[in-house]
Amino acid sequence: MATALRSVTLRRLAIATVAVMGAGYALAFLYAPEDADQGFIQKIFYLHVPLATVALVGFMVAAVHAIRHLRTGDPKHDARSYVSIHISVIFGLAVLATGAIWAKGSWGVWWEWREPTLVSFLIVFLLYATYYPLRYAIEDRERQARYASVFAITAGAFVPLNFLAVRAAEPLVHPRTFSSAGGLPDSMLFAFLVCLAGVALLWTTLVWFELDAKAASGNLGKIRRALEATA
Amino acid sequence: MIPLAVESADRYVGGAYLVFLLLLLIYVAIMAAKLQRIQRELGSIAELADRPSGRPGGRDVGQIRGREQEIEAVRQGDRG
Repeated sequence: MATALRSVTLRRLAIATVAVMGAGYALAFLYAPEDADQGFIQKIFYLHVPLATVALVGFMVAAVHAIRHLRTGDPKHDARSYVSIHISVIFGLAVLATGAIWAKGSWGVWWEWREPTLVSFLIVFLLYATYYPLRYAIEDRERQARYASVFAITAGAFVPLNFLAVRAAEPLVHPRTFSSAGGLPDSMLFAFLVCLAGVALLWTTLVWFELDAKAASGNLGKIRRALEATA
Repeated sequence: MIPLAVESADRYVGGAYLVFLLLLLIYVAIMAAKLQRIQRELGSIAELADRPSGRPGGRDVGQIRGREQEIEAVRQGDRG
């Protein structure tokens, strides 16, 4: 019953994701005006910034699940924390790739080491890339989950601190989104917010999907062990 | 040369969105492979469930479940 309900919810979530993302990118390309300064290449903004925002929020969501895991010892919170980090790392990879393409088109270089926004995001990404070797280096499942949760909380606390540090730093070339000086015009902001909602829905759908797949795989393992014990 | 600049911007924008789609496709392909593995595992478990026990005097899963239900019914009766 619960599995069937989850499956229906996942289907609805997937449909909502396609609808909102479709609407968001239609607005970005057909409704939002071209940027006066950057021109058409600024359309990458509607993909790059929502991906970065959702990835960073996803890392913090993983930290919240990790706290719940340490408090309750329930492995479902560990699974949620793990999958949240997994999807956020994939989104992070997309942020780095789309950012590099945008940088090449706008600044003529794929990467700028003197830009704090770029380097700080790379540091966060690489930090989370170490989550996998740390987790799978520990064989005992319970200890593995506990250590992974401690990592997720520590790294999750680093994310907002890192964001604030970047905001405080002097930018070189990377613009500051939603800064007090010179915000987005209403039409661009509206398209951006719909795209952000679409990308957030995509993140939620992928997390849900992967959690369902992990649960199915775990249940199969249990059934197999039970059958082999009785055979 | 404005037309060239627009064309070049097209390429970068298209490239960025394509990279994202490609990453998404790779993820979906990996998940599809995992689901296929689960499907195969499900098939082998169904076979295991259908197979009679190899032990002498062994019972199949249906018999064991029936016996478990009988035990549970007796326990319920004891409580009542």
